[in-house]
Amino acid sequence: MNNSTVSMTGVRGLIATVFSRYGIYVALFLIGLVLSIASPFFLTVTNILNILNQVSIIGIIAVGSTIVLISGGLDLSAGAIVAVAGVAGAHFAHPGEYPLIVPILVGILTGAGIGLFNGVVVAKGKIPPFIVTLGTMTAGRGLALLLVGGMQVINLSDEFVSLANTRVLGAVPILIFFFAGICLLFWFVTTRMRFGRHIYAVGGNENAAHVSGLNVDRIKITVYALAGALAGLGGLLLASRTVVGSPIAGAGYELDAIAAAVIGGTSTTGGLGRVTGTIIGALLIQVISNGLDMLNVPSYYQQIVKGLIIILAVYMDMRSKNKR
Amino acid sequence: MSGDLLLRMTGISKQFPGVQALDKVGFELRAGEVHVLMGENGAGKSTLMKILAGMHLADEGTIEIDGSEVRSESPRDALSNGISMIHQELSAVPHMSVAENIFLGREPYSGTIGRMLGVVDRSKLRADTVSVLSSIGVTIDPGMMMSELSVAEMQMVEIAKATSYNSSIIIMDEPTSAISDAEVERLFTLIESLKNGGRGIVYISHKMDEIYRVSDRITVLRDGKYIATAETSQIKRSELIQMMVGREITDIFPKVEAQIGDVLLEVRDLTVRGVFRNVSFSVRRGEILGVAGLMGAGRTEVVETLFGVRTPTSGEILMDGRPISTSSPAESIRRGIGFVSEDRKEIGLVLKRSVKENVSLVELRSFCDGPFLNRKRERRSVGDSIRSLRIKTPSSEQVVRNLSGGNQQKVVVAKWLLANPDLLIMDEPTRGIDVGAKAEIHRLISELAQQGKAIIMVSSEMPEIIGMSDRVVVMHEGRITGEIDRNALSQEAVMHMATDHVEQGGSQ
Repeated sequence: MNNSTVSMTGVRGLIATVFSRYGIYVALFLIGLVLSIASPFFLTVTNILNILNQVSIIGIIAVGSTIVLISGGLDLSAGAIVAVAGVAGAHFAHPGEYPLIVPILVGILTGAGIGLFNGVVVAKGKIPPFIVTLGTMTAGRGLALLLVGGMQVINLSDEFVSLANTRVLGAVPILIFFFAGICLLFWFVTTRMRFGRHIYAVGGNENAAHVSGLNVDRIKITVYALAGALAGLGGLLLASRTVVGSPIAGAGYELDAIAAAVIGGTSTTGGLGRVTGTIIGALLIQVISNGLDMLNVPSYYQQIVKGLIIILAVYMDMRSKNKR
Repeated sequence: MSGDLLLRMTGISKQFPGVQALDKVGFELRAGEVHVLMGENGAGKSTLMKILAGMHLADEGTIEIDGSEVRSESPRDALSNGISMIHQELSAVPHMSVAENIFLGREPYSGTIGRMLGVVDRSKLRADTVSVLSSIGVTIDPGMMMSELSVAEMQMVEIAKATSYNSSIIIMDEPTSAISDAEVERLFTLIESLKNGGRGIVYISHKMDEIYRVSDRITVLRDGKYIATAETSQIKRSELIQMMVGREITDIFPKVEAQIGDVLLEVRDLTVRGVFRNVSFSVRRGEILGVAGLMGAGRTEVVETLFGVRTPTSGEILMDGRPISTSSPAESIRRGIGFVSEDRKEIGLVLKRSVKENVSLVELRSFCDGPFLNRKRERRSVGDSIRSLRIKTPSSEQVVRNLSGGNQQKVVVAKWLLANPDLLIMDEPTRGIDVGAKAEIHRLISELAQQGKAIIMVSSEMPEIIGMSDRVVVMHEGRITGEIDRNALSQEAVMHMATDHVEQGGSQ
């Protein structure tokens, strides 16, 4: 009798765990299945590669948003960083001026610098991250426009353009490899490194982390700087892909990135989340908009659908966690 | 005094993910009685009462009030069924006044138009509040913000709120865990008058003295199951403890003599302006130094300063005879100091994360090769901790939030033991945990002293101070009022110093 209760609990607990942890995978699978039936063009190698190509840049940025959210923070400046880093990188990417490494470093370091600023102000100034990054988001947009006098940076070198437009073996977009590499790296950082543990501890309970001897400020600052670097990389790749450094690029990317993280199970209150979840979250958004495109649904509807999915995902997540 | 049956709960079961919190539990309450609900942490007391108060839904079972079955699907339902709960963590709205809190959701309106527009009749609100408060003999200004009140006052307001709903059943969840002795007396007087008014009171507590003073009957739960109900006058303490733990605990304070060595830490004239002043004491290797005093005497603040959570205004801290600075917890940890904090939820644990991640947090460096985790080494070491401290958890991956209070406390202790400090500061090491876990933590403290570690133990529980300490310093209103050796230690001596500051520097 006692045994049966225990095993019942076990089974129910298992289902609850599987659902809360893998529900998003199931959702992606089901949506993929529906779209495969609805459109003959969905489940083709070309289309799948296309989806992966399109998800890569936003996915890289979303990995940054994920670690910021896990640490108990929030980064609204990612889209602005995309623009600043994109024009800064592109500025050094005219043909015959600098070796390719220069624009790459400039883009990434610009992003890291803005992220560092976010982190220092949040950690040392004790100002809520929402306010700080709202500020850098606004200022960053202005900075991007100022840097190029409101113009676009054009005339980019072939090497720079090929950075995001090469197809490996003539078929697989190189962006997918960038995305995969970043995911692998940050999966490793969050699950296999001491620093990763520290991010979860700080986000889960900052006071407890401090009293346990962690340098909370340094951890937060590093996390924002890393997220900035990832947004910078994203901006650089976007400039390469679109063959232009645009000061208005990346508008709304910060929200798409946060949406991907949150749909993937990252908590907006910190301490919980996974890089793998964010990959799936980003894919889910992309697959849905790709599918709706194929079914000729106007993009206005797509936005509505995306918004509702964000709310639904968080609702499901809360339900599975706060069962009373 | 006890009269008719007010409440009957039958066959109540409740399952949480991974735990059977309650298994067909029954409970009865008569009008005019105080019925204590006892059991170890995790026994299901709070869950049972939260079901009664409409905060949880039972999976099965029935609740009858005055003989007819009721359903409480929300705290609002429960209130209208005549059930009020005074929570352990008080649930007032801090930035609203006493009056607004008492009448939250049923404010009096100014006339018909006022009702339509939702305009509150402020003078009536105030008058009603005064009459409710005075009906239970409490004088608190209805205009005060809840955040300005002491814990005891907030409790009184909650009780006033319960009586204003005319609740026949009032549940009190560890009401004395954060209030002073004088306030406890007032609470007991109030409970007496509520009893005489024919209300039934469910009283959850761990404190034996209190239980024997205040209660008429006692029901014991263990591991989510009903064990027994007894008349308080008919049952001995040892029997109660045995029922709660399911085994006999021979010694709650298994103090073992330890070799007391050199002075490890010395504090000279430590002051944090406005909080405590000129605090001086020392602790030796192998010694357990008790720090006694009333709530608010400044004990927690002193040990937090030793650990680098607060910055001293003046004074010196010496370790092994050399002055040290304690500017951050990280630095104190490097110097070999550990700190089991009073508040598990706020600063002791990362509740959202697993047992494993919490236990290894302080000593994470030793489970790493460079910056990389060695998960095998970590798992093995955490597994050892779980076994040696007998932490009850399905696995090391279990989220700490899901453990009972006693087991959570063991996780905090495990975390600091892994760091292997020379000096372990423990602030209320056994607050709110059950007798079994208490005895185990006491045994552990003794063992640590035997290993030559110095222990500073802050405690508000007199038997713990008397039972465990080699020496006791007593604080009162931010200063040390006395020091007593083990051989001169008595409850009276400690209480004297903790309350009577005139005695300071006197006969001692």
